[in-house]
Amino acid sequence: MDVNQYLEIFIDETKEHIQNLNDQLLVIEQEPENKETINEIFRAAHSLKGMAGTMGYKRMQRLTHDMENVFSEIRNDKMKVTAGLIDVLFQSLDAIEGYLNQIQETADEGTDDNEPIIKELNRILEEGTGVTSKPAQEKEQKKEEKTQEADSGAGRFAMKFKDMKLQEHEIHAMAEALEKGSKVYGISVYIQESCILKAARAFLVFKALEEFGEIVCSEPSVQEIEDEKFGLDFSLYVITDEELEKVLQAVRAVSEIEEAVGQPYERKVVKEEKEEKPQEKEAAESGPRAQAPAAKPAHSNSGASTAPAKTSTAGKPMINRTVRVDIEKLDSLMNQVSELIIAKNSLVAISESDGETEKASLGFHEQIEYLERITTSLHESVMKVRMVPIESVVSKFPRMIRDLSKKLSKKMQLYMTGEDTELDRSVIDEIGDPLMHLLRNSADHGLETTERRLERGKPEEGSIFLDAYQDGNNVVIEVRDDGNGIDVQAVRTKAIERGTISQEQADTMSDKDIIDLLFLPSFSMAKKISDISGRGVGLDVVKSKIETLGGAVEVKSVYGEGTTFIVRLPLTLAIIQALMVEIGNEKYAISLDSIQTIEDISVDDIKYVEAKEVIHLRGLVIPIVRLDQILEINKTEEEPQNLIVVIVKKGDKLAGLVVDNLIGQQEIVIKSLGKYIKNNKIISGATILGDGEVALILDVNTLL
Amino acid sequence: METSLLGTDSVQYIVVKIGTEQYGIDIKYVDNIVRMQKITRVPKIQPYMKGVINLRGEVIAVMSIRLKMNLPDDEFTNSSRIIILKLDQQSEIGVIVDEVKEVVTLETDEIEKTFYDIKDERTSYISGIGKHKGELISLLDLNAVMPEKEKE
Repeated sequence: MDVNQYLEIFIDETKEHIQNLNDQLLVIEQEPENKETINEIFRAAHSLKGMAGTMGYKRMQRLTHDMENVFSEIRNDKMKVTAGLIDVLFQSLDAIEGYLNQIQETADEGTDDNEPIIKELNRILEEGTGVTSKPAQEKEQKKEEKTQEADSGAGRFAMKFKDMKLQEHEIHAMAEALEKGSKVYGISVYIQESCILKAARAFLVFKALEEFGEIVCSEPSVQEIEDEKFGLDFSLYVITDEELEKVLQAVRAVSEIEEAVGQPYERKVVKEEKEEKPQEKEAAESGPRAQAPAAKPAHSNSGASTAPAKTSTAGKPMINRTVRVDIEKLDSLMNQVSELIIAKNSLVAISESDGETEKASLGFHEQIEYLERITTSLHESVMKVRMVPIESVVSKFPRMIRDLSKKLSKKMQLYMTGEDTELDRSVIDEIGDPLMHLLRNSADHGLETTERRLERGKPEEGSIFLDAYQDGNNVVIEVRDDGNGIDVQAVRTKAIERGTISQEQADTMSDKDIIDLLFLPSFSMAKKISDISGRGVGLDVVKSKIETLGGAVEVKSVYGEGTTFIVRLPLTLAIIQALMVEIGNEKYAISLDSIQTIEDISVDDIKYVEAKEVIHLRGLVIPIVRLDQILEINKTEEEPQNLIVVIVKKGDKLAGLVVDNLIGQQEIVIKSLGKYIKNNKIISGATILGDGEVALILDVNTLL
Repeated sequence: METSLLGTDSVQYIVVKIGTEQYGIDIKYVDNIVRMQKITRVPKIQPYMKGVINLRGEVIAVMSIRLKMNLPDDEFTNSSRIIILKLDQQSEIGVIVDEVKEVVTLETDEIEKTFYDIKDERTSYISGIGKHKGELISLLDLNAVMPEKEKE
């Protein structure tokens, strides 16, 4: 049996737990006495440990185990939450995340033991409780739990192995083992109800037992267990030289195992002679070890996570990218697909019936309309399936801001709204880094030092806002701070100093243009380089990343009051509304989002500014872009007297693209040009037209 | 897998004509062979890339082996074909050939390793020479012929 098939689930869940722990730790930092949160943390740490153990990640298990110990003491009021402790715990979380990343890439946890963190954890544990012998405590704690739950435990765990039907040769094998002086035990193992990787747990039980000896037989069979075809329990016989209790301990050590009961095998036992007494005793004694099974929060994975349970193909440990999909969305998809089939069938029927042509063509048109409706709603549904709330990205930010606050010793708080705003999965994956960068930027450069804030009469604690909302076909994410704002004059001076612009240019440039200089590569305003930001690999990367996602970023800033970065992203990347145009005899698509107007302009209206063509339109001077020249299209026709100019915008910038013909508006599916075509920035992709022809999609951003 | 019926030390090649020479393409990389169709030109790309085509709803880049090997540009005739190659899971590419002739099976002892001639760039695209029924087939080293992939 291979645990690899659970890797995806493991990674997903571990991420969830880490996130959960992060959130809860932030809470507890504020309210160290919050019992509920402490319990929540304990449970999350416990589950993490269990999962790491299941997957055989020993180092990760060890670290989480020590974390769990600490929480367990806190939970039992044996020690207090201190700032130092929280810091170490955050470090541990980072270390676990490190393991997870390693696992995600290579399916192996790596070799870093994170010894310092573990030592630190144990030191705190010892200091906090004043007791050095950890194991003793653990036992004590276990005892407590035992007494609590002992009553409920006894009846539930029957020794089902007694009912197993043994094969002749199995009985023989066991008899032989007994003769040789080995011991044979029958064991029934109960798995916690909340466990979702039953087969994996069972596998680990088998593995643990195989270290002691040989498993004679099991019920259900090994194969069935592997296929997860069993309830919450399974029974087996094992030949070993060890004591029963030791074997049972080993089984119980597998996490999410509720209980294991067993007794030595005797030939009689199998034959329906049930001994009531030992069973009871056994069950009571080895009672509940389960630490918090029922109370375990039924977090989102119960319903939604059934989807990614598919087995990954053997060989590569790499993880497939998955989306968790609400079952309702899938249902509606299914419905639409069945409608699609109906529509297809009607079309087939029409084409087969050779009735009056007029009637047939009428029905034909009706069906085509029907088909159109279905494809549109199908498109919508599929889009919805791909949509993920941005929560998954932004939820790690409060923690980051907390760390930054400590590092920079500035007081600051992050306020977030609109976490449920949904974006296409492919965008979500990419947007994390740019946003993180903007937040760091706000924290480091944006917010003033505490003294300066007080001087200015602002509250001591700086505020950073992250607001997300939908705006038409776009999603807007704003990163705002109430800090210093951009000192335009300082940027101007710096730019001249660095030779980025000349003095004359500086004099004529608007404040906005100056601010835009911040987005130039290797332009940093930081007076000194810190490890948070200031190396000049910043805003330009943010900008280019967002632009590759088809989005745009702008800045608004009032000196002394704060700065706002506005990131605008398309809802989805896969399908867009586009205007199809013709240039020469080639067809191109221009995204409708970027088109402002379409104008009919006489050649005589073209003026020249700095030897560049411009037009003067409703008070605006707009540069003209000759697409045929940029796209290297050979034109044979004479230039007509009137030009069709498509006015496109990016932020506040406008440009007029000269085209030969307008074909019309169309919904197009964006396809990539593939990896072999190099560095073509003007073309962002291709689409396939109704007649099968390929048309290229112009990336307007590169033309402005 | 592809050679399981023929023993382990033979490889099947599709023999194509490019210019005056015959070339062999390892059949395990060949996904499909399609007739010449309209290639949409893509501006400002590598000169040996011809553009893109629509292959059953997918956009696939098409390369001219002739231009890549510094031969005269392709002339499309009725026997011109585009061979769709799949070198790894996610990237397909089409290459233009003048004619597809046959599929041959070459045993290892029918393949002669090429000598490396630095002066002539073309030899570096060839991994060996196959001898089949008295004819010589230059075996294309596909990884060398392919354009470098764009970094992701």
